[in-house]
Formats: sequence, structure tokens, C-alpha cells
Amino acid sequence: MIWNEDFETMKTTEREQVQLERLQATVNRALRNVAFYRESFARAGVTGDEVRSRAHLVRLPFTTKEDLRTSYPYGMFAVPLRDIVRIHSTSGTTGTPVIVGYTRNDLKTWAECVARLLAAGGMTEHDVMQVAFTYGLFSGGFGLHAGAERVGASVIPASAGGLEKQVRTIRDFKTTALACTPSYASAIAGAMTEAGLSREQHSLRVGFFGAEPWSEGLRARLESSLGITALDNYGLTEVLGPGISFECERREGLHVNEDHFVAEVVDPATGEVRADGIDGELVLTTITKEGFPVIRYRTGDLCSLTREPCPCGRTFARMSRIQGRIDDLIIMGAVKVFPSQIEQVILDVEGATPDYQIVVDRAGGTDSLEIRVEMAGPAPAITQRISRKLGALLDTPVTVTPVPPLALARPEGGKVRRVVDKRPV
Amino acid sequence: MLRITSLAARYGAAEVLHAVSLHVGPGEIVTIIGANGAGKSTLLNAVAGVVKPASGTVLLDSSRMEGADPAQVVSRGCVLVPEGRQIFPDLSVRDNLLLGGYLRWRREGKRAAAAEMDGVCELFPVLEERREQRAGTLSGGEQQMLALGRALMARPRLLMLDEPSIGLAPLVVREIFDVIRRLRERGTTVLLVEQNARAALAVADRGYVMETGRIMLEGAAAELAANHDVRRAYLGKEYRQIDE
Repeated sequence: MIWNEDFETMKTTEREQVQLERLQATVNRALRNVAFYRESFARAGVTGDEVRSRAHLVRLPFTTKEDLRTSYPYGMFAVPLRDIVRIHSTSGTTGTPVIVGYTRNDLKTWAECVARLLAAGGMTEHDVMQVAFTYGLFSGGFGLHAGAERVGASVIPASAGGLEKQVRTIRDFKTTALACTPSYASAIAGAMTEAGLSREQHSLRVGFFGAEPWSEGLRARLESSLGITALDNYGLTEVLGPGISFECERREGLHVNEDHFVAEVVDPATGEVRADGIDGELVLTTITKEGFPVIRYRTGDLCSLTREPCPCGRTFARMSRIQGRIDDLIIMGAVKVFPSQIEQVILDVEGATPDYQIVVDRAGGTDSLEIRVEMAGPAPAITQRISRKLGALLDTPVTVTPVPPLALARPEGGKVRRVVDKRPV
Repeated sequence: MLRITSLAARYGAAEVLHAVSLHVGPGEIVTIIGANGAGKSTLLNAVAGVVKPASGTVLLDSSRMEGADPAQVVSRGCVLVPEGRQIFPDLSVRDNLLLGGYLRWRREGKRAAAAEMDGVCELFPVLEERREQRAGTLSGGEQQMLALGRALMARPRLLMLDEPSIGLAPLVVREIFDVIRRLRERGTTVLLVEQNARAALAVADRGYVMETGRIMLEGAAAELAANHDVRRAYLGKEYRQIDE
């Protein structure tokens, strides 16, 4: 189902015009209201008037996470604080958090963007939506919540935490749609099995999972164990929160809400724009946000773009599912691997759970790789098989350690910390 | 219908428009609001062929218009009602209207033009009453009606209005905006430049906010009316009133 036909199926030439108009206005506002952009444009020797077509975007300087951090807390706001009606923030687990402000119009835009991703999953006012993202500074809970209300679903703000309660809610409230991180969904699925709640005894039919990269293997697991359709969506607090891009029923990439964002993929090392179909770092520019516009923000997420038309009728460009974060790339000598590749191997092994953690360490000058996997009991056959397959993939010995269920820390929004690098810097 | 891309214009060395882009869809009423000197009138004049743009493109449907002279622009169905009315004061109301329909007269004959005049007078009954009167003797509001009527005689596909409410009494302003509403019902596409932001945003589908030759904001009229910047700058000090 398409939520907003006018914009989601707009002719490409028309949308290019809309994008250009909004991009120019965003650049003009950012330059007038945000000192950082005036300085970064001056350093790059460009003016806002140089953006005469959508392609000229490449002339503008990048904005990095470090830039956003340096402006802590309110330096990047483009409107006075009295116009801001909501504040969210990144977790700050890897440094100073980024504080993001939303105006009333921004919240409307956000709900619209999320409504589109929910409608694409067939959600209507007849659904009961359980939002099991953390409600708080993290943007996941409130983002999904607002979109679900916009669609008209009955929204349960369950938040994350308390697996038993989640299961009870799913059963008693007859939840039809679940929104959370894929790793938390997998924990809920485990708890449902433990509680003896079978597929026939609950009403779940669709899951909207995001906020961390997840593999096709995990998707297959979640779909079969929960008896649902599992859809991916993408967002990050610095740019909006959930709702930047989403899968339609075809599941062949995530449609970018291009009437609100411009997406580019660049070479992570040189910053040069990459052609469609080639993997690189996703760079996003907001073109309607009032409170916290970002221009050419380096997301650190790896994917590729395609502008091939999608049979669903949406004319938005699509990005591939996120393969990982650039910072997550594990480099051990000649070995380079993303956690998502390791996840795929783990899930190919029958009986293994998707709750894992990768620990990289160094002893005696040699890097070592340990995979901790949550398991209900000792299962030497499974650990051996994972170890053998990973060893073959990476051409290096891998230790697999079983740990009890829920032993791995899930600090925020139910996300398991996937990589622990203990090597001295 | 109208698509303007990165239009720039200058008067001598002074750059008045910097890379302005906007579009108007068929049947839409789109408004450009902004303070004096923002470049709103220059933008309309550049589309109308009165001001030659320095760079950028203007597409009316699929034909390029930048650099066309005013007569060509009118013959393609794009008509400007300039600020200050610019009617012919010594001619009668009737002759003013007929001049507006000159192109149609030439193309389709006298009967078509006369029929159009009847249609226009239906929209503005006051012009019917004053058909033979000298235009210079009309009140300000009536002159504005005449200027609008004259433009409609060409049966424009795109009507551009430059400050139609300027210098008029509040009651007359309301009447002018009522006419714009009725034009929308007739399916006329309108690009409206106004300093009276409140009235313009109330009648328009979408709007653009201009400042010093640049577009600062664009969006649905209701969204712009809700934007604090717009409220403070263009909707007056007691901007909270518009909630009522």
C-alpha cells in the first residue's frame, strides 16, 4: 500500500525539480542560520548560489559526525530554541552525543516518513502495533510511535525491556505488528518459544525492524519463528530517526524518501561520488528539515544505490540493505570482515541463535577472533560447525564460546553490542 | 506547468535573483511571499519577458521561455497583471478589456473576444456596470478588477499577479482574494506575489518565501503559515492570532 501517491510515485523529472528547490532553500537557510555551514563552505571556497542543479551537490563540503559532536549541544540548530518542540540524541557510546532538535513541522514530516514505511508493510488502522524500541532520547520509539498513530493503528508504547511482558502483551493485546531492533525481535521470538506461544496462538503478521544492520539469514529466522513478514527500514538520529528509507513488499532494496532526503554514495576514502550499483558510504542531505538540517552528512553506513524503477510503483531511488558500518569493519592483518558477514555464517548453521558478539583481541602480537553465541545449553556440534565455517571464510582460527541466553549486554534500544575490540590502540 | 530552474537576474552590477527555482502545477495557486526588495516582482518580470535573466531556465509546459519577449510569453498563455494595475486610464473599461483580448481577437475573431468579455463581466459585475466609463475614473479596487479582467481576456493558462492587494482598503482586498478563489474553481493556474502573506497563504496551495533574491523556504501553504520564521517576519507581531 502506498501512503502518499503524490510524492511516492512522482515522475522523476518532477521530483528532481522539487529536490532542487528544497535543496537550494535548505542551503540558503543553513548558511543564514548555522555558523558551522558558513565556515565549512568558506573553507571549501564555495557559495550556496553554486547549487544550480541537483548534480552540483557534489561541490558542497561534507559534514561529519565529528562536526556534529563539536557543535554539542545546540550549535547545529538552524532555528531558535523556542521553535524546537522535541529533542533527541544519539547514544554517545562512542563519544560526545549528538543533540538533534525538531520543530513542529519536523515532527509532522517525521510521522509522514514513518507512515510511509508502515503502509508499505500493509499496516492500516486495523492493526495493533507494539513499539518495542526504547522510548527516550533514542529516536526509535517515538519515531515509530508517531508514524503508527498517523496511519491510525492502535499503538502500544511497550518500549524495550521485560521480555515476558512483551510476550504477554503480544498474546493478550493481540498485537499484529511489531517494531523493534532485529536482535530484540529475535530475543522476543526466543521468549515466545519458551513461553510456549506458538504461531497459531498469536496475531503477529508483520515486523518492522531497524536501527542496526541485519542479515537475510536473520530475516528468514524471524519470519519462520514468528510467522511474520519482516521488513527492513533505515534511519539515524542525526538525519531524522527512523523513516529515511524502507522496504516495500518486493524487498529489493530500501526506498529513500527522496522528497525529504537526497542520498549519495561515495568512496569512503576519497569522498568521490560512486556510480549506482557500486558499494560505498551513504551520504545524506536533508531538504525539508527546519530545526536540524544536515548537508552531505557522512553516515558511515555502507550500501549502494539504484534508480531502476521498482514494480511497486514507487519512483524513489533504492539503497541496498546496509552491509555494515565503516567503523565496524574488522581489520586483522590481511583479513577484513563485517559483522554482518559473520552473522550470515552463524545463521547458516542450524540450531545457532542470532545473538552473538565478536571479540577481537591481541596476544603475543597476533590478533585473535572470538565469537560468543547465546545458547540455551551446551551444543558442541553447533559451536564446532560455526568455528569451522568461519575459519574457512576468514582463513584464520576462530574460537566460538557458548554463553547463556541474554548474557550479552544490550545497552540501548535492545541492540547487542556486536563488536568488542580489546586490542590496544 | 511552469518550471523555473536556478534563475538569476541582475540590474547592472546588482544581483537581484540568485539561483531561484520554483514550480507551479496545473490548477495550483502558488504564492511567493517576502519583504520589499526580496526580488519577487523581478522574478515575475523575468518570467513575463520584461526582465532578461542572466542565467537559468524557465519552462512553460515543455517550451523554453527564458529570453522570450513579452508578446511571445503572452501568446503562449502566460499573462502578468503588473503591480500598480497599469490600466489605460483614457480608454473605456470595454476598450481596456478588448485590448487584453487582442491576441484572441486576431486568432479567433470578434465573436470569441466578445464572448470572453461577457464571461469576464460575469466574474466582475462592477465592470459590466461601468463598461463605457473611462477607466481612469474607477476607484482603486475597480481598477484592480479591470486589470485582472483584462488579463483574463487572453484566457491565460498561467496568470501571474503582482501585489494585487497593494494600496487597497481591507474590504476590497477581501473581494480581490474572493476573485482569486473563484479563478481556482475555474481551473486557472495562478502564481501570486504578495506582501499580504496572511491572505496569500490562506488562498494558496503552496508557497515560497523569498529573501534577498533567494528562496529560503518552500512548502504547503499551511506548513508555511505554521513556520515560526514566517510568522514573525511576515504575519505581523501578533502572529498568534492566526490560530484563531
